[in-house]
Amino acid sequence: MDWRQLWEICSAPDNVPIVGLIPLLAFFIYLAWKQAHANDQLIAQLEADPAMAKTHHRKTWPFKPGWQKEVHVWPFLLRIEFLAAIIVTIILMVWSISLNAPLEEPANPNLTMNPAKAPWYFLGLQEMLVYFDPWIAGVVMPTMIIVGLMVIPYVDTNPLGSGYYTWKQRKFSISTFLFGFVILWVAMIIIGTFIRGPGWQWFWPGQTWDHNRLIYEVNRDLPDIFGITSNAAKAIFGAIVVGGYYLIGGGLVYSLFRRRMGKDFQRMSLLQFSMVQFLLLTMVALPLKMGLRLLWHIKYVWITPWFNV
Amino acid sequence: MADENNPNRTNGKNGNKVGLLEKVTAGVKGDIQSLKTDIPTKAKEQIEGLKDPTKTQVYTSIFRHKHDDTPRNRALGVLSNVFLHLHPAKINRDAVRYSYTWGMGGITFYLFIILTYTGVLLMFYYHPSKVQAFRDVLYLEHDVPFGKILRNMHRWAAHLMVIAVWLHMFRVFLTGSYKKPREFNWNIGVLLLVFTLLLSFTGYLLPDDQLGFWAVTVGTNMARATPLLGHEGPFGSMLGMTPYNDVRFGLLGGSIVDANALLRSYIWHCIGIPIVASVLMIVHFWRVRKDGGISGPAPVMLEAEADKPRRGPKAAGE
Repeated sequence: MDWRQLWEICSAPDNVPIVGLIPLLAFFIYLAWKQAHANDQLIAQLEADPAMAKTHHRKTWPFKPGWQKEVHVWPFLLRIEFLAAIIVTIILMVWSISLNAPLEEPANPNLTMNPAKAPWYFLGLQEMLVYFDPWIAGVVMPTMIIVGLMVIPYVDTNPLGSGYYTWKQRKFSISTFLFGFVILWVAMIIIGTFIRGPGWQWFWPGQTWDHNRLIYEVNRDLPDIFGITSNAAKAIFGAIVVGGYYLIGGGLVYSLFRRRMGKDFQRMSLLQFSMVQFLLLTMVALPLKMGLRLLWHIKYVWITPWFNV
Repeated sequence: MADENNPNRTNGKNGNKVGLLEKVTAGVKGDIQSLKTDIPTKAKEQIEGLKDPTKTQVYTSIFRHKHDDTPRNRALGVLSNVFLHLHPAKINRDAVRYSYTWGMGGITFYLFIILTYTGVLLMFYYHPSKVQAFRDVLYLEHDVPFGKILRNMHRWAAHLMVIAVWLHMFRVFLTGSYKKPREFNWNIGVLLLVFTLLLSFTGYLLPDDQLGFWAVTVGTNMARATPLLGHEGPFGSMLGMTPYNDVRFGLLGGSIVDANALLRSYIWHCIGIPIVASVLMIVHFWRVRKDGGISGPAPVMLEAEADKPRRGPKAAGE
């Protein structure tokens, strides 16, 4: 266990935000879960007691008839905003006094940094480069993330859970977002920051970054395992595998929605549903491809003269 | 002026007409009398008046309402102020609960203001040229008064803003706040997320050190592989893409990260993206109000009510 190495990675000035992000994210997930749990209990109570549902004010916070429903922004909101601004300023002051922004040697195109890392918030994308060619990891995937985020409001047909924390009314959408945000985005950033060392090789936390380490891995392509040699056959085979993934996966998503989320499914148009199918399967393809690469050293699934997947 | 000793003068002894001397003397006497009595009285009155500055013309021209603690004045304090009128005068009693909102949207905006402020100060000391840029950063670090804390604060506020934007989006998702009628504003928010990341990324190159140079090299190398538009991307070479005319060349103003790339990222960082992001922010905040204010904490809905029309005449028709 090389504690010094671990400390060097964690205390690198630009890695501090990620070190801070982890407890912050844990805290806010806890805070959201706590409120979702309380709301879910209230919902269960009201569903069981329709008479109560008619008169209840439907929030977990206390409310009594005769209390004012609205409060003045000045001072009740503005004082909170003002305090938040002061607290953020103090945090920034202390942070800026105690920790210096990084400054390396002058830019030198002839001296490659090893590892050469993107800014920390893009390290998830850089980590994807291990598993996909740059046109997928660097261009298609980021575009799909942005497009995927933008279509969320138009494909989520569940009218419940608007304006309050809940888990039971939105199990699918919340678990999908948690999977995308916490596992695929934040965890990939953590891998890219703390695990990837020189040569973008995998170093466990506490393992010394050895600049001379060589890994003898033979990566194979999926068609090779099946003994396919001709280029045309490889292209056709890959197309079948990728197409098959989307077809079979699409069927699985369909049966999941029909069985588990019948009401949401009925509310969805075919366009909405096929968007969900496609984006969901593309998102799940990332950890699947990671598994293929890390466990079985499979590099490409689909090989054509123009692009490889 | 008339000369009193002039023997040729003709006026002064004409009947009972008052002479000029008498006139002037009487006038001066009157002035002195008024200085002794009227002016002190007036001054006393005006000094008394200053004890309540809220009644002065200067004050009333700036603040258009009284400051007494009345509901009307509390509302006017928000509504008649250009910066505060972003808010409504009154909000739901639960909407001030920060366990619901986390305050992350507001903190993001506050960090943007801090970044604009520290960024403008940094611009006074920075030349976006290969010769000067790195030296300017050294100058800031070692010679400019408070230069080091200025740069530190700009950098850490930028990182904090990225985190705050993520957490804001996380909260908005978990509370289902993107749902009808706020779909469009969620989209503006996604664009703002992208521009926040781009702002941070373009700033990364500006110190012109190894860290920024290689981070931007790694980042923009991806653009080589853009399908159709990059020279290493699928079908790129078929469309005649080379390192000297593809999308990466457009981003960097060259085939490597060099002087043009530094200038381009400087202009995007300091002018281009902040303007676009500011416009989007205006739309974002405006839509928060127009879409019915902050989404919650709303009363919980029950499963049985899911497909019933909601309140309001519009919903009834759907």
